[in-house]
Amino acid sequence: MPTSSYGLIATFETAPQIYQAAQKVRDAGYKNWDCITPFPVHGLDGAMGLGRSQVPRLSLVGGIIGFITGMTMIYWTGAVDYELIVGGKPYFSPMFAFPISYELTILFTAFATIGGMFFLNGLPMHYHPVLKYEHIKRGMDDTFFIVIEARDPRFNLANTKALLEQAGGKAITELEA
Amino acid sequence: MGAHHESSSTAPAILAEVNPTALPRAILVENNRSYSWITEKICGIIEGKTPTWWWVCFALACFVASFTVAGISYLVATGVGVWGHANPVNWAWDIVNFVFWIGIGHAGTLISAILCLLRQKWRTSINRAAEAMTIFAVVCAGIFPVFHVGRVWYAFYLFPIPNSNAIWQNFRSPLEWDVFAVSTYGTVSVLFWYVGLLPDLAILRDRFEAAGQRARSFIYGFFAMGWRGSNRHWSNYEMAYLVLAGISTPLVLSVHTIVSFDFAVSLLPGWHTTIFPPYFVAGAIFSGFGMVLTLMLPLRAVYGLQDLITQYHIDCMCKITLATGTIVGYAYGMEFFIAWYSANPNEGFAFVNRAFGHYAWAYWIMISCNVITPQFFWFKSVRHNTSLVWILSIFVNVGMWFERFVIIVTSLARDFLPSSWGYYSPSIVEIFTFFGTFGVFSVLFLLFIRFLPIMPMAELKAVTPQADVHGGEKH
Repeated sequence: MPTSSYGLIATFETAPQIYQAAQKVRDAGYKNWDCITPFPVHGLDGAMGLGRSQVPRLSLVGGIIGFITGMTMIYWTGAVDYELIVGGKPYFSPMFAFPISYELTILFTAFATIGGMFFLNGLPMHYHPVLKYEHIKRGMDDTFFIVIEARDPRFNLANTKALLEQAGGKAITELEA
Repeated sequence: MGAHHESSSTAPAILAEVNPTALPRAILVENNRSYSWITEKICGIIEGKTPTWWWVCFALACFVASFTVAGISYLVATGVGVWGHANPVNWAWDIVNFVFWIGIGHAGTLISAILCLLRQKWRTSINRAAEAMTIFAVVCAGIFPVFHVGRVWYAFYLFPIPNSNAIWQNFRSPLEWDVFAVSTYGTVSVLFWYVGLLPDLAILRDRFEAAGQRARSFIYGFFAMGWRGSNRHWSNYEMAYLVLAGISTPLVLSVHTIVSFDFAVSLLPGWHTTIFPPYFVAGAIFSGFGMVLTLMLPLRAVYGLQDLITQYHIDCMCKITLATGTIVGYAYGMEFFIAWYSANPNEGFAFVNRAFGHYAWAYWIMISCNVITPQFFWFKSVRHNTSLVWILSIFVNVGMWFERFVIIVTSLARDFLPSSWGYYSPSIVEIFTFFGTFGVFSVLFLLFIRFLPIMPMAELKAVTPQADVHGGEKH
C-alpha cells in the first residue's frame, strides 16, 4: 500500500444507489469509510451502520451546567455577596430564580449542542484529502460519493475497488493523502 | 436490511385487508426540479449581478433607517425627556415597539423549531428567511429598552457584571428576567440560523472557488468550517439540529411569556391577568406570520420562486394566521368576560374604557385588523389571491402594533386615582425612532438576500421526490 494514498472514492448518481451501495460496504465489514452527500439522505445512517449520535449527551451536560449556573448566580449575588431586602421578600427563593435559570439552561444547551457537533465532527477542518478530489464539488450539489480509507484493516486496493464496482460505483479513483 | 424493512415485515396482517387510504402528500418542490436546479436557482441570486431594484430599495431603506439614528442621537444628546412619556404613562411607544418587534421574531422560531418537531416539511423553503427575520426583528426590538434606560452608556447594568457600587440586579423583577430571555433568544436564534447555513456556505465556497473568486470563496469557506458533506457529519448535524429545535420550542414560548410577565406581574388593571402568557404567545405568532407573508410574497415574485414557495405553502401560512388570529380574538373576548365576572370595578372600568374611552379609536383599529382580517383566510379564493393575501398581512402587522399600544397605554393612562389620569401622545422623536426601525430591518434583510442563500438548499433537496431512497414505497 503506498503511504501517499488516502483511499478510494466512487461516484453514485442517485440517492437510492448510494443507499444500496452503503449497505454492501457495511456488510463487507469496513469501518473507516464515509458517504459524501449533498443533503442528509434519510435512512443512510442505518445503511452505514452508524450508531445514534452522541450530541444529545453533551447537550444534557450543557443544560445541567446552565441551570446550576443560574441558581448559583442568583443565590450568591442576592443571599451571600450583597444581601438586600426588596419588597420584604426572602434573599433567595428558587421560585424567582427559576425564569433566569430556565433561560440559561437553554442558552448553555445551545452552546453545548453546537460546540459538541463541531467537536464530534472534527470541524473546523479546512483541508481534507476528500476536498482535493476534483469532482468533489458536485458532492455539495447533486452527486453522491463513497470513500473507503486506506487505513481500514480490510482495505486492499484490488478487492476494495472490486467491491465498489460491484456496488455500482462509477469513476473509482485513488485519493492522495 | 434497515430497521424499516424489518418493521414492514412485522406490520399487522390486518393492514393488507383494510387497505388504508393513501393520503396524497403535498408536493413541496414543483415541476420535478433536479438537485442542481435548486442549487443554481438559490446560488444564482447571490452570484448574479446586483439588480437595480436592490440598490433602489437599499438606498430607500438606508434613508428610512437614518430616522432611527437621528431620533436616538437626539435622545442621547438631550435626555429621555424628549420622548412623550409623562406621568402616569411612563411606558409607551418604546415598550410597544419592543413587544411589537419581539413578537414578529416569534414566527421565525415557530417555523424553524416547532414545525421541525411536528415534521411539517413545508417549512423548508421559508425557514431560512423567517429565521433571518427573527434575528433582525430582535435587533430592532433591542434598540428600544436599551435607549429607554436614558443613560445608555450604563446599559451594562442590566447584566450581572461587578460594578463599583457592589450592588447586584434585582432578580425578582420580570424586567430582569426579560433581559435574560431576550438575550438568550437572540443568541440561540443566531446559532440556529448559523447551523442551518453551514452546508449552504460550503456550496457557495466551492462555487466561488470554481469561478475563480478567491476572496469570496475564502470568506464563505471560513464560515463553512470545512464542511464536506460527510454522512458521519450529517448524522451529528441532524441530531444537533433536532436538539436545537427541541430547546428553541420552550425558548420561544418562554420569551413571550416573560415579556407578558412585564405586565401581568404588576397590579395594574388591564395588565394583572393570568391569560397574558398564552395570549401574548398566540399574538406573537400571529404577527410574525403576518410579517413572513409580507416579506416572502414579494421575494417569491421578484426571484421567481413559485416552484419552491408553492400555493400550498401560502395556504399553510394563511391557515396558521387564521388560527392564531382567532385565538387572539378569543383572548380579547375572554378578557372582557373575566373583567365582568371578577366583579372588580377597577378591572371592569379598564376594559370599558379601552373600548369606549379616549383611546377607543386604537381599540377598534386593533379589533378590525386582528379579529376581522384573518377571517378572510377561511376562503380558498382569498388564499389563492396573492396580492390580497399580501394586503391582509399588512393589516395584521398594523393590528398587532395597535394591540400592544392598547394594552400598554390605555391601562396606564387611566389607573386607580382619577387625579393622576392623563393622555399620552408620542413626540416627534419617538415617531422618528420607530419609523426608522423599519429601515434598519429592511437594510439587514436586503443584505441577507444579497449575500446569503435565502433558502436552505440541502433541506430542499431532501424533500424532493428523488431524495427518497425507497422510491416512494411506504415503510
